[in-house]
Amino acid sequence: MNAISIDVKNVTVAYHGKVALHSASLQLKAGTICGLVGMNGAGKSTLFKAIMGFVKPVTGQILINGLPIHQIQKKCLVAYVPQSEEVDWNFPVSVHDVVMMGRYGYMNLLRIPRSPDKQAVRESLERVEMWQMRDRQIGELSGGQKKRTFFARALAQQGMVLLLDEPFAGVDIKTEKMMINLLIALRQAGHTILISTHDLASITTFCDQVVLINRSILAYGDTSEVFTEENLARTFGGSVGDFSSAKNRLTPVNQEEQSWT
Amino acid sequence: MDLVQWFAAPLQHEFMVKAILVSALVGLVCSALSCYMTLKGWALMGDAVSHAVMPGVVIAYILNIPLAVGAFVFGVGSVIAIGFIKSKTRVKEDTVIGLVFTGFFALGLVLVSKVKSSIDLTHILFGNVLGISDSDIMQTIIISVITLVTLAILRKDLILFCFDSTHARSIGINIVFLYYVLLSLLSLTAVAGLQTVGIILVVAMLVTPGATAYLLSDRFDHMILIAMASGVFSSVMGTYISYHIDGSTGGCIVVLQTLLFVIAMIFAPKHGLLVRSRKQLNESV
Repeated sequence: MNAISIDVKNVTVAYHGKVALHSASLQLKAGTICGLVGMNGAGKSTLFKAIMGFVKPVTGQILINGLPIHQIQKKCLVAYVPQSEEVDWNFPVSVHDVVMMGRYGYMNLLRIPRSPDKQAVRESLERVEMWQMRDRQIGELSGGQKKRTFFARALAQQGMVLLLDEPFAGVDIKTEKMMINLLIALRQAGHTILISTHDLASITTFCDQVVLINRSILAYGDTSEVFTEENLARTFGGSVGDFSSAKNRLTPVNQEEQSWT
Repeated sequence: MDLVQWFAAPLQHEFMVKAILVSALVGLVCSALSCYMTLKGWALMGDAVSHAVMPGVVIAYILNIPLAVGAFVFGVGSVIAIGFIKSKTRVKEDTVIGLVFTGFFALGLVLVSKVKSSIDLTHILFGNVLGISDSDIMQTIIISVITLVTLAILRKDLILFCFDSTHARSIGINIVFLYYVLLSLLSLTAVAGLQTVGIILVVAMLVTPGATAYLLSDRFDHMILIAMASGVFSSVMGTYISYHIDGSTGGCIVVLQTLLFVIAMIFAPKHGLLVRSRKQLNESV
């Protein structure tokens, strides 16, 4: 239960010779919810990409549950919930179609769903209260429903590691509460959850650990220890009076996250 | 002339029967692929590849090998060239696409003009389905079977690739493979389309039916069926009309496709202009 789930060892990532993440090390135990906090361009997306195996580190190594990246992908171990901006909402797919995509890794070449797949999709949709909406085209949903659809896809994938990119941006209170409760349930089931967010206020309420990042990992550990004014000031490159003012400065637009094609 | 006669008369000529069947098949295949092109946002890529196959077609003709082979090499080669230039220079992608495909196309023109043979430039540029040879028909059938079978087998993976390649990658699906599959099919169908409507208009076959269907449906399966129906309809009717008015076959086919798009754009039940403006009126009241 408490084995190391995400093991990032001394990882440096560079794009076109520019270092985006410098010598990052991080160890998260199974059954942890960890918040990833940093400014735009601080390397949050880069760390996600490295954990998903999309960028090859210049130095260092990443192991998930003790396995190297290519095995992780084959076993569908890491599930990713994208930011809403990354999704083409006009695409002709239904809510059910999207959640079923979470199961493709378990299916044969033709991706024909079998009963465990159908059951996982149904259960996931029911957990986020979207089963009734399953036949809707995804563009017809509200912001919260859209988020819950992609969250359900990650649930259906049954990965042991969950990466969520700005999960609470533009969602209603009901959805936020539901997602936090589900995250806590997943933690109890031994999943490891890494959340990138600007919402400093909510982090303290449910994250066990926090990673502060600004081109390199500045601090990580238990939320109560790491979330100090001094650390936050270092993360955001200035003095931070309190969390809410930090939050205000940070909420506007994400330009760092480029589309991943 | 009555309607039965209108449809029956051209069928007395063997070349018309062949032309109608080949156009229908090409319409079907290109339309199926067009759904992926429009959803992936590859219209410009389709334009580029269909022009870039030109030198390949001419060289294949000279070497007396199947045109599809030459087209395939140059179609895929052009995209590799685009990717290479984009990654190695600061020039933006649309500029790179523009300069690579015109460069390839121009090379094709030079080759055609210097090769003393029976290749007719206008046939390559504007198609010649009324005079299609049996070996070309065979080639079209082979391309069509390859394309339709590939699309059928990889349907769900390709949809996921178009929709969310990040997720596809994260569950271990090889998106580089899918990218080249789609690209290869594009090069192959460009050759098939080339014989029907010509190199210049083939991009219409690879984009318009998909765009029309996109306005008419919210499900991929419906979209691809609507696209194929509109593609086959335009091809068959376009060939008939060109016979009766003695006009360009490729032109007639593409004009019909465009008309279908305009009709869909205005009258589509959910995404049409009429419904949209009515919705806006209701909201403002």
